[in-house]
Amino acid sequence: MSDVAERVKKIVVEHLGVEEAKVTENASFIDDLGADSLDTVELVMAFEEEFGCEIPDDAAEKILTVKDAIDFIEANA
Amino acid sequence: MFDLTGKCALITGASGGIGAEIAKALHAQGATVGLTGTRVEALEKVAAEIGNERVHILPCNLSDDEALAALPKQAEEAMGSLDVLVNNAGLTRDNLAMRIKDDDWDAVLNVNLTAAFKLSKAVLRGMMKKRWGRIIGITSIVGVTGNPGQTNYAASKAGMIGYSKSLAYEVGSRGITVNCVAPGYIATAMTDELSEDVKSAMLTKIPAGRMGNPEEIAAGVVYLASNEAQYVTGQTLHINGGMAMI
Repeated sequence: MSDVAERVKKIVVEHLGVEEAKVTENASFIDDLGADSLDTVELVMAFEEEFGCEIPDDAAEKILTVKDAIDFIEANA
Repeated sequence: MFDLTGKCALITGASGGIGAEIAKALHAQGATVGLTGTRVEALEKVAAEIGNERVHILPCNLSDDEALAALPKQAEEAMGSLDVLVNNAGLTRDNLAMRIKDDDWDAVLNVNLTAAFKLSKAVLRGMMKKRWGRIIGITSIVGVTGNPGQTNYAASKAGMIGYSKSLAYEVGSRGITVNCVAPGYIATAMTDELSEDVKSAMLTKIPAGRMGNPEEIAAGVVYLASNEAQYVTGQTLHINGGMAMI
């Protein structure tokens, strides 16, 4: 697992309070991990902070799964 | 009760009659206060009255977008945190609707409504992280009742109540409350401008039989800022001597 993937998963576990095992790459924040719309905004803010990058609104809207987040950050951070 | 020790509060329009009292009252409960306004000398005077400790002066012209955007960060750096935002800055450009100029409309809406919302938005991130925050808007009785000669002012104050309710929905689960305080007829420089005829006519409509004091508004803000008011959100607290019972 890449370093980015590990850090992303750690943030998701901490923020959503879910078991690590549930945070698979294909897990959807809302459908599988129980996030609400405000949680997803907070997750994006947490990613921005952790990786020192800016995630614009139109990109943030497309980050629906753990993998989406990892891919975006690996491409942009 | 209403102990605010360790909380940091930013007050806009802090050199005005009500703003200065809000800053004093929050400080008296133990809060660190950041005073914002355009008149530096007036802010310094308020700060001097409050004392040497836990007071910061943060001049800012809220009509200046860049200055406004930088303000929350400056406040956090100066005070160490930002837990309570009091959107108190407001101005009037009264005239009958038929005579209101576009500039008069825009200036009032920009400062009273748009700047207040932008500041509220900018402070959310830190509050969401801490799972604690207070956003308090100083609206006005006329935002609910209307008032001839104040279409622009009433619109801005009603708008503040509206966005506060929506925002209260959005962030309620994060320990952040969003409320308004609606002063009635309060003795300040803003109401001094009214003619004696208007003043005496207004007094006949106030069951308490007198104008309110800025301290009485500040007390409402202290309550809404406190831990004790954690379960109060999306509300407008009317402090008006019974002038309107809503």
